Amino acid sequence: MDFELNQEQRMWQNTVHDFCDQHIRPYAAEFDEKAEPMKMTFRKMGALGLLALNIPEEFGGAGMDAVSAAIAIDELGYADGGTALSIAAHNGLGCAPISMFGSQMQKEEWLPGLSSGESGLGALALTEPGAGSDLVRGLSTRAELDGDSWVINGSKAWITNASLAPVIITLCRTDPEAGTAGFSLILVPSGTPGLHIHPSEKKMGVRSSPTHALTFENVRVPAANVLGEAGQGLYQTLQILDGGRISIGALSLGIARAALDEAIRYAKERELFGKQLADLQATRFKLADCQVEIDAAQLLVYRAAWLKEEGKPFTREAAIAKLYATEMAERVCREAIQILGSYGYSREYPVERMYRDARLMTIGEGTSEVQRMVIAKRVISG
Amino acid sequence: MKIIVCVKQVPDSAAAMSVEDGKISWGDAPLVINPWDEYAVEAALRLTEAQGGDVIALSLGDENAKEAIKHALAMGCSEAILVNDPAMAGADTQAVARVLAAAIQKIGGADIVVFGKQAIDSDVGATPSMVARLLGWPAVTLVSEIVECTQSEIKASRAMEEGRQQVAAELPVVLSIVKDYGEPRYPSFMGIRKAARASVPEWTVADTGIDLPSAVVTWPNVMAPPEREVTNEIIEGSNPEEIAAKLADKIMEEKVL
Ligand SMILES: Cc1cc2nc3c(=O)[nH]c(=O)nc-3n(C[C@H](O)[C@H](O)[C@H](O)COP(=O)(O)OP(=O)(O)OC[C@H]3O[C@@H](n4cnc5c(N)ncnc54)[C@H](O)[C@@H]3O)c2cc1C
Ligand SMILES: Cc1cc2nc3c(=O)[nH]c(=O)nc-3n(C[C@H](O)[C@H](O)[C@H](O)COP(=O)(O)OP(=O)(O)OC[C@H]3O[C@@H](n4cnc5c(N)ncnc54)[C@H](O)[C@@H]3O)c2cc1C
Repeated sequence: MDFELNQEQRMWQNTVHDFCDQHIRPYAAEFDEKAEPMKMTFRKMGALGLLALNIPEEFGGAGMDAVSAAIAIDELGYADGGTALSIAAHNGLGCAPISMFGSQMQKEEWLPGLSSGESGLGALALTEPGAGSDLVRGLSTRAELDGDSWVINGSKAWITNASLAPVIITLCRTDPEAGTAGFSLILVPSGTPGLHIHPSEKKMGVRSSPTHALTFENVRVPAANVLGEAGQGLYQTLQILDGGRISIGALSLGIARAALDEAIRYAKERELFGKQLADLQATRFKLADCQVEIDAAQLLVYRAAWLKEEGKPFTREAAIAKLYATEMAERVCREAIQILGSYGYSREYPVERMYRDARLMTIGEGTSEVQRMVIAKRVISG
Repeated sequence: MKIIVCVKQVPDSAAAMSVEDGKISWGDAPLVINPWDEYAVEAALRLTEAQGGDVIALSLGDENAKEAIKHALAMGCSEAILVNDPAMAGADTQAVARVLAAAIQKIGGADIVVFGKQAIDSDVGATPSMVARLLGWPAVTLVSEIVECTQSEIKASRAMEEGRQQVAAELPVVLSIVKDYGEPRYPSFMGIRKAARASVPEWTVADTGIDLPSAVVTWPNVMAPPEREVTNEIIEGSNPEEIAAKLADKIMEEKVL
């Protein structure tokens, strides 16, 4: 057993950290305030390989191991939760499905532009106004074959990166009689007539990540745009989400580390009762507890990533990592605000933003309750 | 085109330096590639991207220099060589230059050798000129822009305090690069992977084909600069104009300007 990153992973971590420190972190507050994505950095990220975490080398990808991918999202989360969410969604939800299930032609068409950032960021549309956790019963977006095209009608909600995406992978019901085997993931190029991308949602946090509702009005795409085989959509989605969960766990880890660093810095500077805040035992215990939780989450995230890399089952471990890391991040951000007192509650200090960003993580890509369902099922049935 | 870029390993610029028993110490701060040398690597890579060819990173140093070398490889250099010889402890600039020049000759066939402007630890800034002198090649130092480069000639802008100077020189040539050249690239994941897996040949001074050069400069005494007393004063006023006026008066009064 080996608990150390290898040399490659360490160099990658340093590189991504330095990049984020220069190009993302200094702008996090501004883009949160403006609620706009940091478009100017996406191409730069492409050059490093940050947009190709899940793309094989022959399509411009980095052929990266899952631990290195988690490290990248963790470092992005440390710099800006919103940007990290968009990049996590791009890689895990937008690119991974094409890498995993796409035909040679689909890969050639979409992956090079996505991995360089030239064509934009990837997006996956599962959630609907009436269906989130319960896609099987709730999903109503319908795709019907008409000659050699799919005709899609319905609406989607809360779709990350939709306004930045060249193509939106859309989960549709293609055979209402077939139950769980009646879904398909369909590639919908974003310029297709009848596809409406609504203005960005006004959100509490992750505001530099754009989220949109979509409407599909007789949207017509070639039959060949189905990802893999028709009818496989739901099973594909569950596999995609397993990987996405590691990513959201890693992102939460980054936010928590950033919040703890702010808290430590402040505690060392602030003087009260003739001492430094960091010398008061109540503070020290809080900081210690935060570090314990961060370390525990990190081990869980790395374990899930390692299993994924080894090609072993990791659904249970990814759910555990996501559940723990996301709830941990909220607790750590809460403590950081507490340590900073009134400043913590102020927009002038970053922990307020981190807290708002962290809050999303227990909802997106499967709520905490859904993670508990996934874990419980496997705990109970052994 | 064959380009050699010389890179040095230095303490991180954020490291706290101190002097202990006449020796400089940076505690356990990490060693990194000399920041100026990242610009040198960038210039070398851009030249080969335009002209075709390979960039070889060369460093004289101990085991610790491998981090600098790996960084250069991760940025995109195709090969690297480390001259690692414990007998070089106590070397001075001319001794370092002699070994680098010998290694450059042993590698052979270089059209351009690129250096950083200076090393941020010992700040001598003379290595590029000395190496050029030893090789008998022209030296174009403080390059801020490469205007044109062919297989036989290079035209470059030099950034000096007085302004810019355009110079032309025949290849082979030695260059040193300044920051104005342009931001060095970040290593990509694929570059890092290549670097992590690369094997870096190590040469001794004898392998470069010269006798061990001896130092001619010694450092009889090294001391830390006296600590400066710093006081802060916040200048207040009802509007920016008033604050600016007070600040200007203060600056004149203290004879800063
Ligand atoms: C910023 C943001 C970005 C997003 N990005 C995307 C995206 O890119 N693509 C996409 O498809 N979706 C995206 N989503 C949607 C997200 O995945 C859903 O919000 C999430 O899956 C929950 O679905 P829901 O909101 O419909 O809640 P519901 O499913 O309606 O859940 C409501 C509540 O019920 C709880 N609950 C559910 N099942 C049970 C149960 N069995 N027992 C007890 N409680 C239960 C839930 O945990 C939750 O607390 C995003 C959401 C946000 C906020
Ligand atoms: C007090 C003191 C003690 C020292 N003791 C030692 C010692 O014990 N052993 C020792 O080796 N050195 C020692 N040095 C440093 C040695 O003198 C310098 O390495 C040498 O003078 C080169 O000068 P510089 O580092 O200032 O390089 P500069 O001339 O400032 O560097 C210009 C460029 O030359 C290149 N370059 C410089 N050094 C190397 C290198 N080693 N490999 C590849 N490229 C390089 C880089 O491209 C760099 O940007 C000492 C220096 C001082 C001040």
